[in-house]
Amino acid sequence: MKNEEYQLVIEAGRSELHYWRDLWHFRELFWFLSWRDILVRYKQTTIGIAWSVLRPLLTMVIFTIIFGKLAKLPADGVPYPIMVFAAMLPWQFFANSLSECSNSLVANSNILTKVYFPRLIVPTSAVIVNLVDFLISFAILTVLMAWYRFIPDWRMLTLPIFLGLAFLTSFGFGLWFAALNVKYRDFRYVVPFIVQFGLYVSPVGFSSSVIPERWRLLYALNPMVGVIDGFRWAILGGNAQLYWPGFWLSAGFTILIFLSAVRYFRNTERAFADII
Amino acid sequence: MSIIKVEKLSKKYILSHQQRESYTTLRDVISEKVKAVGRMVLHPLTVHHSPLTNSSQEEFWALKDVSFEINQGDRVGIIGRNGAGKSTLLKILSRITEPTSGKIGINGRVASLLEVGTGFHPELTGRENIFLNGAILGMGRVEIKRKFDEIVTFAEVERFLDTSVKHYSSGMYVRLAFAVAAHLEPDILIVDEVLAVGDALFQKKCLGKMEDVGRDGTTVLFVSHNMASIRALCEKGFLLDGGEIAFNGNISEAIETYLSKIRFCPDCIPVALRERGSRYSLRARIVDIEIESRDEPLNLDTVDSTQSFSVILTIESYSDTKSGIYLAIRDQIQVLNWFDSGHLHREIFSLKKGLSKIECNINPTYLTSGSYSMDCGLTIPNQEWIDFVPSALSFTVNGLDPYGSGFDLSQTFARYHVHHEWKRI
Repeated sequence: MKNEEYQLVIEAGRSELHYWRDLWHFRELFWFLSWRDILVRYKQTTIGIAWSVLRPLLTMVIFTIIFGKLAKLPADGVPYPIMVFAAMLPWQFFANSLSECSNSLVANSNILTKVYFPRLIVPTSAVIVNLVDFLISFAILTVLMAWYRFIPDWRMLTLPIFLGLAFLTSFGFGLWFAALNVKYRDFRYVVPFIVQFGLYVSPVGFSSSVIPERWRLLYALNPMVGVIDGFRWAILGGNAQLYWPGFWLSAGFTILIFLSAVRYFRNTERAFADII
Repeated sequence: MSIIKVEKLSKKYILSHQQRESYTTLRDVISEKVKAVGRMVLHPLTVHHSPLTNSSQEEFWALKDVSFEINQGDRVGIIGRNGAGKSTLLKILSRITEPTSGKIGINGRVASLLEVGTGFHPELTGRENIFLNGAILGMGRVEIKRKFDEIVTFAEVERFLDTSVKHYSSGMYVRLAFAVAAHLEPDILIVDEVLAVGDALFQKKCLGKMEDVGRDGTTVLFVSHNMASIRALCEKGFLLDGGEIAFNGNISEAIETYLSKIRFCPDCIPVALRERGSRYSLRARIVDIEIESRDEPLNLDTVDSTQSFSVILTIESYSDTKSGIYLAIRDQIQVLNWFDSGHLHREIFSLKKGLSKIECNINPTYLTSGSYSMDCGLTIPNQEWIDFVPSALSFTVNGLDPYGSGFDLSQTFARYHVHHEWKRI
């Protein structure tokens, strides 16, 4: 049978050619799965979407009280709530994306075993849902900045770059865990631990200027250090210093994780429906 | 050119069998686990089993060298026992899972209905689920919007569109799910036993829709256990048995092959020795049943259904008694003819102690090709059943050509025939 005669050829080990074309064909599914997850979150709640606003707001308030007023950690010359929020924004995005992305394949096993679509769509839509939350929190940040009459400088325009980096980080790790979780359900327990642990190790409640100079490069191996420092730098303007060597290390590491994650995912994807 | 071509398709699964763990030290367990983690990260796709737990692996071939071709516009039924490999075949054709070896060529857009309500979320409303389900099945948002009203009308759920699907009755749920899938407009439609759920009206509606779709030129692959609906919808069929194709051709013949494979042979045991159920009083028992035509015994393997025949029952009675006689001609699915002397002819025979013979003369049945069996029994209408033997005798009809025209009625969908004539008036 000549392959050229048929539009679609199914054969063991042969799913490459159609995959990226299929991703385009199924592009609306990215949106639909995210839409579903967001809708379901607030079904039968009374205040509904207001929860998306309340949660980050309350977290910020508590952090400010505990770390700012009680522990009196230094704030680099900006209002404490804004410094915390600038770090919380990427961290919440990362933590939630990682958790939901890791579990996304198992949670959607019912459609994975019954319908064909490129499996990459499932973990991606989990991250997109959190992107929506990010935008809402960002809106709160702008309100906060107006409240404190804090004007950001030109560096704010670089924020999309750091957002992109945050996306790559959470998506990269999320993809790895999602693919591994299908076969080895241990990762369901590993991920919450990483998230909890990471909250203290990453410069969320404090600034990374607290870390001694000689450890900073090593510290930058935590990819979220680059992201959070970048966010602080962009939002707080000249008040925050960015440790460039650390940043490039974090970014490089992130890209490495992301590319290897996509490769691993594509390799194991074809067996998902059999194992899940 | 064919729209689907399958060449030597095979699919293997690995089954593991746990065996009792043998006595091991903690040191061995730890070193084994560390090695296993290393192996798992380096070779994620191959299965490793630890020598410590002594689990054995067995290869299970769900499909073995399956090859066939389907042309555009064909309506093909796929039948077989549970576990024959039908669902696995559909999953591979739908690209949900990969074959182990072999090749498939497909020319056209495939839509699969392997389950009703795939992706339905119970918290979302009917309206939201239509969009969600449609998107999962491959329709774009614009397309779904365009067909939205048609889908709702087909499903008959206008009033409940904005209620959460978790409040729907199972009938509404299944109607809505099928309505979305029915409006997919693919080149190839694959349906896997989804008609098993739902009431008779729903099944009729679904079959009707599938017929419409088939008439529009869509190629349909239909898996079902309901022989009547397969026969109604499909002209070609193939039979899967143990992962291999056992028959590929005309649907009626495929069904016959399937039924003859699963048929057990109660008539191999003489009527006198057959075990009776405990509900029967058994004051008298049927000890033999024979068929004759024109006073000669018939060859039961090639019965001519254009001839009348007689059924002769030998009955042994343990005392002087009375009974009506019951006969039925049936195939695997249903009773085709029902003869009861008491109900229909008000004929109750008195049976003296000992043996009696009763004869029933039957007009030509005009049955088409197939395997049939006869049930027989002794009964007094509305009072009691004295004896009953299901499938006491089997016979086969090979071909039905009542007018000698050379045309065999068996190749049509008709089950039997009524004599008739044509004339100009």
